Parts: sequence; structure tokens; C-alpha cells
Amino acid sequence: MFKKVFRVEGGNFQKAGSVSKQIKKILKQLNLDGELIWRAMIIAYEAEINAVLYAHECQVSLEITAEKIYMRFKDKGPGIPDISLAMTEGYSTATRAMRERGFGAGLGLPNIRKTSDHFEITSTVGVGTTLDIDLFLN
Amino acid sequence: MRLREIVEALNLEILNEGEHLDEVVLGGYVGDLLSDVIASGTAHHLWVTIQVHENIIAVASLKDLAGIIVAKNSTPLEETLENAREEGVTLLRSPLNSYQLVTKLSELGISGG
Repeated sequence: MFKKVFRVEGGNFQKAGSVSKQIKKILKQLNLDGELIWRAMIIAYEAEINAVLYAHECQVSLEITAEKIYMRFKDKGPGIPDISLAMTEGYSTATRAMRERGFGAGLGLPNIRKTSDHFEITSTVGVGTTLDIDLFLN
Repeated sequence: MRLREIVEALNLEILNEGEHLDEVVLGGYVGDLLSDVIASGTAHHLWVTIQVHENIIAVASLKDLAGIIVAKNSTPLEETLENAREEGVTLLRSPLNSYQLVTKLSELGISGG
């Protein structure tokens, strides 16, 4: 089993995408299927951007087994008061500045869920949000 | 059609040459919402946008896009150019707006995928 942990810094737009890039490199080195890498990148980038936009920091755990790619994004941040609302396409709490950058379309979490084989979200207001995602290899 | 030929045909300004000029372009996408492009962008496709901040480079790189055409002569931030150089992303620019660019790309046979 392959396992690695990364850290995303909240608010750092300059580095946004760098963890996804490292994950992509690992998946490519493991010769995983291109379609699977493509899906993993949608998930990793959306989750990383969410962490940059909203969290103070986020720990990203990547595990790869013979069966699946598992990614956990566990952030320290404001948390989400209403998860079902946050999962609704088009709903966003993004600021104007975030929207001007092309974020905050309310597509992030729905895109992650759509692209995952298994998706779980838990959140505590004032503590943070955790995403658990599986992508099956077959 | 190779990206280099498209650059010549549309008289695009090369802001960063990157690693894709000799790549065969398989299609195109237009959009300014990064979530939309990260979800729908396809490898070896060209991306037309008016966004100029540094995060467009990560999107192009992660999705293996052929390159980015910045419409309406928008000026990328210095961080965008820096990231493009680091990532080898081909960054192009045109005075045309997104619709005009897509029309011309379509005339060259570059479809929506």
C-alpha cells in the first residue's frame, strides 16, 4: 500500500493546485489508468481549492491499494452549517473576490461527489470539514 | 492541427511558449469558471478564457490541456506567467473576445470535443 500525507495552506492562492500536482505525479508513476487520474484530478483540485478558499489549513491523506485510491481532506476551518445546502449545485458562500477569480460557482462539492465512487462529508461548525473519497481501480 | 499552426493562423501572441506548441490539438473549451473547466476540460484541448490569475495554470496543467488562450488582450498577473514557466503551460493571447476566438477555432476544424 502506498500512503502519503500533504498539507494545504488556507488562503495561499499562489500554491493552490500544488498538492493535486504531487498526487497526479504519484498516480502517473504508478501507471494508473488515464481516466482514473483524470477523475482523481477533478476531486483533488476541487477539494484543494475549497481548502485554500475557506479553511485555515487542510491535511490531505492519499492511500493507494490494489483496490482503490482513497483521499481524505481534513481541514481546520469554519465548517459547514448546512451540508445538504452546500451539496446543492449553484449554492456558494464565496465572496465577490473569490468569484472574480472564477471560483464560487457552487460546483465544487457536487463535482467531487459526482466524480467519486464513494463520497462522505462530515463537518463541525467552528472546527472543520472532512471529505472521505474512494475511487475504485476496477 | 498542431498548436503552432493555430498560433500562426489566428496570429496569437505567445506569452509563454511552454511545452505544447508541437502538440496536436484535439478540441477546445471555453469558460471562466474554474470548477467548470476542471470538470469538463479534456487533455489536448485548448482553453479560451478571460481569467488571468495564477490558478488557471494549475487547471491547464492538471488536466493536460494543450494551452490557454487569454481573450480580449487581458494581461496575466506576473504570478500567472511565473507559474506557466514553471509548469510548462503554453499561454497565448488575442485581442479577440471568447466568442470570436471560438468561431475562428471552429473554422480551423477545432471542435468542442
